[in-house]
Amino acid sequence: MSAALWTIVIAISVLAILATLFGALLGFAAVRFKVEGNPIVDQINNLLPQTQCGQCGFPGCKPYAEAIAGGEKINKCPPGGEGTIQSLADLLGVEPEPLDAEHGAEKDVPHVAVIREDECIGCTKCIQACPVDAILGAAKQMHTVIADECTGCDLCVEPCPVDCIDMVPVAKDKNTWYWQAPTSGVELIATDRHQPMAGDAA
Amino acid sequence: MTNMIRLHTFNGGIHPAENKDQSTSRPIASAGIPSELVLPLHQHIGAAAQPVVAVGDKVLKGQLIAEAEGFVSVPLHAPTSGTIAAIEPRAVPHASGLEELCIVIRSDGADEWITHQGLCQTLNVEHLQDITPRQLVEHIRSCGIAGMGGAGFPTSVKLNIGKQDIHTLILNGAECEPYITADDMLMRERAIEVVKGAQILLHIVGAKRCLIGVEDNKPQAIDALNAALVEVNEQHHIDVVAIPTKYPSGGEKQLIKILTGEEVPSGGIPASIGIVCQNVGTSAAIYRAVELGEPLISRVITVTGDSVARAGNYDAMIGTPVSYLLQLAGYQQQKRERVIMGGPMMGFALPQLELPVIKTSNCLLAPTEKELPLNDVAMACIRCGMCSEACPAELLPQQLYWFSKSQEFDKAEQHNIFDCIECGACSYVCPSHIPLVQYYRYAKGAIRDERAAQAKAEKARLRFEERQARKDREEAEKEARRKARAEAAEKAQQEKKAAAASGDVATAAPAASEELEKLQKKLDAAQTAKAKTQDKLDAAKADESMADKIPAFEAALVKTQDKIKELAKEIAAAKKAAKAAQAAEPAATATDKGDPNSPERLKRKWETAQGRLDTALKRLEQAKAEGLDTVDALQAGIDKQQERVDEAKAAYEAALSGDAPAAPAPSAEELDALRKKILAQEDRVQKMQERHDMAKADGLDTADALAMGVQKQLDKLQQLQQELTAAEALAANANNGAS
Amino acid sequence: MGLLTLSSPHTHGPNSTSKVMAIVALATVPGLIAMTALFGWGTLINVVLACAVALASEAAILLLRKRPVSFFLKDNSALLTGVLLGLALPPFAPFWVTAVATSFAIVFSKQLYGGMGNNPFNPAMVGYALVLVSFPVQMTTAWALSTQMTGAPAMGFADTLSVIFAGNAHLADAFSGATPLDAYKHLIAKSTSDDVLAQATFNGWLNGGWEWVNIAFLVGGVLLILRRIITWHIPVAMLSALTLCSLMFGWDEDMYTPLSLHLLSGATMLGAFFIATDPVTASTTPLGKLIYGAGIGILLFVIRTWGAYPDAVAFAVLLMNFAAPFIDAYTQPRTYGHSKARRGLPEKK
Repeated sequence: MSAALWTIVIAISVLAILATLFGALLGFAAVRFKVEGNPIVDQINNLLPQTQCGQCGFPGCKPYAEAIAGGEKINKCPPGGEGTIQSLADLLGVEPEPLDAEHGAEKDVPHVAVIREDECIGCTKCIQACPVDAILGAAKQMHTVIADECTGCDLCVEPCPVDCIDMVPVAKDKNTWYWQAPTSGVELIATDRHQPMAGDAA
Repeated sequence: MTNMIRLHTFNGGIHPAENKDQSTSRPIASAGIPSELVLPLHQHIGAAAQPVVAVGDKVLKGQLIAEAEGFVSVPLHAPTSGTIAAIEPRAVPHASGLEELCIVIRSDGADEWITHQGLCQTLNVEHLQDITPRQLVEHIRSCGIAGMGGAGFPTSVKLNIGKQDIHTLILNGAECEPYITADDMLMRERAIEVVKGAQILLHIVGAKRCLIGVEDNKPQAIDALNAALVEVNEQHHIDVVAIPTKYPSGGEKQLIKILTGEEVPSGGIPASIGIVCQNVGTSAAIYRAVELGEPLISRVITVTGDSVARAGNYDAMIGTPVSYLLQLAGYQQQKRERVIMGGPMMGFALPQLELPVIKTSNCLLAPTEKELPLNDVAMACIRCGMCSEACPAELLPQQLYWFSKSQEFDKAEQHNIFDCIECGACSYVCPSHIPLVQYYRYAKGAIRDERAAQAKAEKARLRFEERQARKDREEAEKEARRKARAEAAEKAQQEKKAAAASGDVATAAPAASEELEKLQKKLDAAQTAKAKTQDKLDAAKADESMADKIPAFEAALVKTQDKIKELAKEIAAAKKAAKAAQAAEPAATATDKGDPNSPERLKRKWETAQGRLDTALKRLEQAKAEGLDTVDALQAGIDKQQERVDEAKAAYEAALSGDAPAAPAPSAEELDALRKKILAQEDRVQKMQERHDMAKADGLDTADALAMGVQKQLDKLQQLQQELTAAEALAANANNGAS
Repeated sequence: MGLLTLSSPHTHGPNSTSKVMAIVALATVPGLIAMTALFGWGTLINVVLACAVALASEAAILLLRKRPVSFFLKDNSALLTGVLLGLALPPFAPFWVTAVATSFAIVFSKQLYGGMGNNPFNPAMVGYALVLVSFPVQMTTAWALSTQMTGAPAMGFADTLSVIFAGNAHLADAFSGATPLDAYKHLIAKSTSDDVLAQATFNGWLNGGWEWVNIAFLVGGVLLILRRIITWHIPVAMLSALTLCSLMFGWDEDMYTPLSLHLLSGATMLGAFFIATDPVTASTTPLGKLIYGAGIGILLFVIRTWGAYPDAVAFAVLLMNFAAPFIDAYTQPRTYGHSKARRGLPEKK
């Protein structure tokens, strides 16, 4: 009887010691290897396209990243589109969802804002609206968009009182054009393979 | 060959059918002058050249028509004399088939040269050795020379070696691609130009030796080069090295490995291992530029394939249309047309024939379908590894294929996809006929695209954050200013209170100015609203579908206009009041300091007030005459002014009579008000006391704060009581004085 | 755009996947002839049967997967799987064993993974392993004895058909028995090498005719290497590892199977040149191939010596199939212009 009791006592005490040990270890690790800041927000932010368009309903990409970290849905970013949703899903280990149409549709090519300069009245409204300071100009002076800095967020289009801002798709040039992946053999069999492959040449 | 060169080998490589004999049977022929030349501004790697001619200009052969833009760029020269017919986007020879800006020259057939001379004559020196490398490089740049082997990298940039110590110059005459014989024929017929170009290059880079690598399937070229070496007595510096025929030994990196055994570091340039590599065609062009002063305006191009009757090499002007050249060679149109610019391994199929020959075009290949059958339908990859055996870069093409296909670009990068030279050896040997190179091109493009997007996103993020920070800062500054203003206002209020206590009457001013500001804001808002409504109305008028909304907008507009008028009236009134108050203020303050009872001052005040009244009256009359809305406001202002005038007059008279009060005596109402204030204050004190007692009883820690509050209230009460006593005394005095 | 615009290269070598598969299948012919000559018609019948079943199951599953049937049948990969299985199975195996192994190989091990090129495991060996563990009796007793060992001519064609298709196994009793590998392993536990060789099964012949079969496969394999269909890495590494293991641990012939039996008996050469070299499931880097081949050689020795099965090519190959992607990731060659090879998996960003 007493032997059995001893066994139980030893078992419990061993478990208790182990628990204390590991608890202490975990506690130590938590203090010693504490990560400053909230890296997940930065990681999410790095995946967002940084257009700062606010289509997600948040005032910029960082706030949306913070909201996602706080449990917001990941399918509210039309500029990022399915690609961003997929990478966010991968990062966060959740199921990717289709893009929420409520926030807009994904554009297939990047756009850039262009001011029709002879129509510009110099009201500075677009300058105030631009989240990345990509519009140059002063009151009563013609404004212009720095195309390299423009994220194509559309935010300047609405405030323009004379509607002189167009969103123009960015054309491919010799430096940015590249071959698309070939269509796979099996798909080709269905069609006449001696047709010039439109997908390849495009 | 005087020096023994130990040859090395590179991994892999293939031996496709050479097909070079077709085009070597006849000497290089001149292609003549086509009626129209199309010159793309962007024929090289780097920035496009900028045109310096206008449509309609007459140009001579060799004249500069576009200048280099930036460091990595080369200028462009007219290949023949003629007129600039257009400067417009035209399709350029590129796999994309895109259009880019081109200068179009209509030739006049005269082929009249601009005056030109060799660099030695220009600089007035006797020998090449007397010209500094810097001057030579600058001259090569100004002659528009870009690598003629295929990539078109500006030669001057390649020769700008900086501090690097170059030990070997390599001239690439390997020409390993099937079908192409342009360099072969050039070396056969113009070996002396190649060799003299090599001399110039040796002088520029300061290398001790030069190796001309030629595949051993070109014995005639090797003989010609050796003969030329003897002719210029350069056998000791320059060696012609016959290398085994194997594709792609003409790749820069592969040729360097064969000749020196060294490898160009990944992502680096040959100069970093002390080697400069140039194409033999480029060398000949450098010779012509330096010795004769001729810019790069023509090149040797092979026209071959079973679809042309007279395959051969042509000396064609840059800008010569492909269709013109094909016609010259007797092109038979095929059922399924296919014309390749470059060789069968790395060239690209042209989307159309109305494209110009450019500085990098070394071959036009027009094969029949029997000759170069179209690729079979791709089967699945069986990972047989034949591609990795053929890969000259020692990559694992089969792995790269899987990664590119499944868009696992990080893995593709980790497997060094950017070391792929796109030579096509893997596709050539692939038993499943997979277009591997296209997959790699796609993956590389997608990765570059992704990198660019990431860089842009990063920039956008920074700009957004900086903007946000700036806005916050501005907000904080605004807040600080507002606080400062509020503090100042509070101070002013207190001072005013103090002044009021001492009988100041001039409280209207700040009140009036505040009122004025409010009104002004309202007016602004109303005006904005009006502008917006007007816009909407205009839009509605322009847009027929909104026609039914026009009346509503018009009504709104009228309403807004009315409001604006009203506000304008109020503002005018307020302004008057403010001015009046301001006028009164100095009077009031004057009573505080200095000699308040000075009759002169009082008189001046009275006179000022009188003057203002007069002006106001005049305005009123004017307004009445013009029937303005402001009449009433003016009348009100005048009435007030009248009061002030009267007051000032009274004060002056009182002062003259010698018993004017130091301050206007408080009226009975004022005394009453003070008394009421005191009562209220007493009430407050009592309440505060109660709360304090309760807090104390409950032992709350607010008790101390409350005690302080009680003390403050008590102080205030005392102050008020003092004020009352003083006022009562004053009133009593005044009464006495009056009686 | 009237002209054809495809990405370079615009020319292609004469090679094709169908050809590669056909050549591999043809390279087994010397082995097939040797098997037929020494062990009778069983193997040939098996090969024909397995090919027919392979093609039929491939066609059926392609139809179900809505893929173009003739296009994929033309790649000859199903045919090759059939040939290899037919060669690997015991000559007197009942027809249904062959049918089950082959259809399982094609349907489950290949097509359900996405067809040719996408299967992680060698289909023929998956089929073989399935019937080996499911029908051990048929798989161990259906081996023929060679004419060398019986000293009599092999069983007639009609009788062989009857054994395979009609289940008249008793007809084969005089012609069948344990393979030398099996027999030696069991007998050596109780006696010495000389005694074992004196036993009736061996009739004085150590390899009992298998050496000719293996040499025939070796000849076919060398032809494949010369034709650059396969590289030397995997067979050489595998045979070297097997030899090395045998010399190091199995030198005592009174306790372990001798080296000559290891190399020239069982499916050693078939495995080294035709099974282990299946490119889809093998490692593809030069160094990886060496490791992969050596791994198969070591496993082969270990299972033959200490395992329950007399031969182990199937299990050794399948086990190394598991490791192939991992081996590939860590054996990338040094790329031109790099000072050292980049190995392992990409770091997560």
